[in-house]
Amino acid sequence: MLSSLSLDVAHLFAGGLVLVSLLLLYQDRMYALLNIFALHAVVLALSVAWQAHIQSAPHLFLTAALALVFKGIIIPTALRRIVEQLGIHREIETVGGVGVTMLAGMGLVALSMVVMLRVTPEADPLAREDLAFALSVVLLGLLMMVTRRNAVSQVIGFMSLENGLILAATGAKGMPLVVEISVAFSILIAFIVIGIFLFRIRERFDTVDVQALDRFRGERR
Amino acid sequence: MALILDLIVQGAQMVLVLALAPLLTGFIRKVKARLNRRQGPPLLQPYRDLTKLLNKEVVLAENASWLFRVTPYLIFATTWVAAALVPTFAAGLLFSWSADLIAIIALLGSARFFLALAGMEIGTSFGGIGSSREVMIASLAEPAMIMIVFTLALVAGSTQLSTMSEMLAAGVGLRVSLGLALMALFMVAIAENARIPVDNPATHLELTMVHEAMILEYSGRHLAVVELAGSLKLLLYLSLIACVFLPWSVAPAGAGFGPLALGFLLYVVKLAVGGALLGFFETTIAKMRVFRVPDFLGAGLMLGILAVLLLFVTRSVR
Repeated sequence: MLSSLSLDVAHLFAGGLVLVSLLLLYQDRMYALLNIFALHAVVLALSVAWQAHIQSAPHLFLTAALALVFKGIIIPTALRRIVEQLGIHREIETVGGVGVTMLAGMGLVALSMVVMLRVTPEADPLAREDLAFALSVVLLGLLMMVTRRNAVSQVIGFMSLENGLILAATGAKGMPLVVEISVAFSILIAFIVIGIFLFRIRERFDTVDVQALDRFRGERR
Repeated sequence: MALILDLIVQGAQMVLVLALAPLLTGFIRKVKARLNRRQGPPLLQPYRDLTKLLNKEVVLAENASWLFRVTPYLIFATTWVAAALVPTFAAGLLFSWSADLIAIIALLGSARFFLALAGMEIGTSFGGIGSSREVMIASLAEPAMIMIVFTLALVAGSTQLSTMSEMLAAGVGLRVSLGLALMALFMVAIAENARIPVDNPATHLELTMVHEAMILEYSGRHLAVVELAGSLKLLLYLSLIACVFLPWSVAPAGAGFGPLALGFLLYVVKLAVGGALLGFFETTIAKMRVFRVPDFLGAGLMLGILAVLLLFVTRSVR
């Protein structure tokens, strides 16, 4: 059985990931958003590394290193360059106020905890906890994609959602390394595709505000 | 005999908070002035201000009712009782068995209610603005505070501050919820005490003032009592943070003279450190617009709710 301290540390990191997800929702400036996203990846890497330590599964250390290098360093740097090239480092707008979004976020966190704790009564405590937190990180990422109008912040919402998936995957024991590496690379590919798309959207509509797409399709807001 | 000793300790605590409160205010002013490379007023200036105000004549508006005259004393009494309930240098105070943390919040809440009423009493526009802003801030700060209380009570298994302090001093393991609660408590304390990002205690600029707008019509001894209550409230919040998050030097119930003296010394050190940190924080940050305050306190409320939720998860998986 796990010692209380190792469970507490796992709880600290996973809870920290949920907190950073909420911080992502709270940010309304582009560069701050990118920095918090890098922090999100660092906390994820710490959490995965701790899992590797207590499950004595050395391949998880590789996952942690991948998360740290790709999501903590490469993707934020690349996004920062994209933001500079697009010239959108001013305030970004949210649909609805910050307060409403935060309340919705808290509701989602509560919901995912109620659901996950109820459907996994027999599982290992650590896995239960990680699944509950991971579901809330995923839901918060979705919420971020819904509430933001700027395409770059929607991309960040998507990436943070994927961080939640990795947390869930590492909480469940026996995930093969191949799957994790392929997930990491598919994220990188997705990022490249999204990056190209951003520039295409900008070229076509002179903005990365996705409401322009709605107007183009003839939908009214 | 034990009862008499308890009474003495409780009495000493009540006198102590009253005596230290203006000193703390003066100390924070001094720290802020020194950080701005100014000489600043002397440390004992708040005491001089209070005695001067006490000797001055009270000027009352013609339409002031009894409520306006009673309110300063009400505020002072409730704040003083609340401050007497927080263990400063000794846990197991005589009064603390009759009221817990929720009662302290209720006492402070009723003080704020009467202050808001008094702000609107004379009918000047500034008082009304101040009252409405104060109530707006309180409507977010109080739920956040209640969430903090829930977190602490769930961790310590009691809402009694003395018990809580002893439980936390004994060690409860690594708790992320406590860290979140500390952050939330800090934000609430700043908002409740009208400190800088939320309100500026040193200004009378009508666009930004909140607390000062409500007490604009007070003069003489009424103003002195209100100011003293404000200092007491600041001391109360610092003591609360110290006794819950740095509980190791609080003397346990029924301790002898040695632990009490040590607890007292360390309490003064904690207050000084807390005051210096507050002064430093206030110097490094700019005041935010009034309409940004709900965002700030909303974040505090969110931290509080998150702390409770995380605690709920930990308790249910074990």
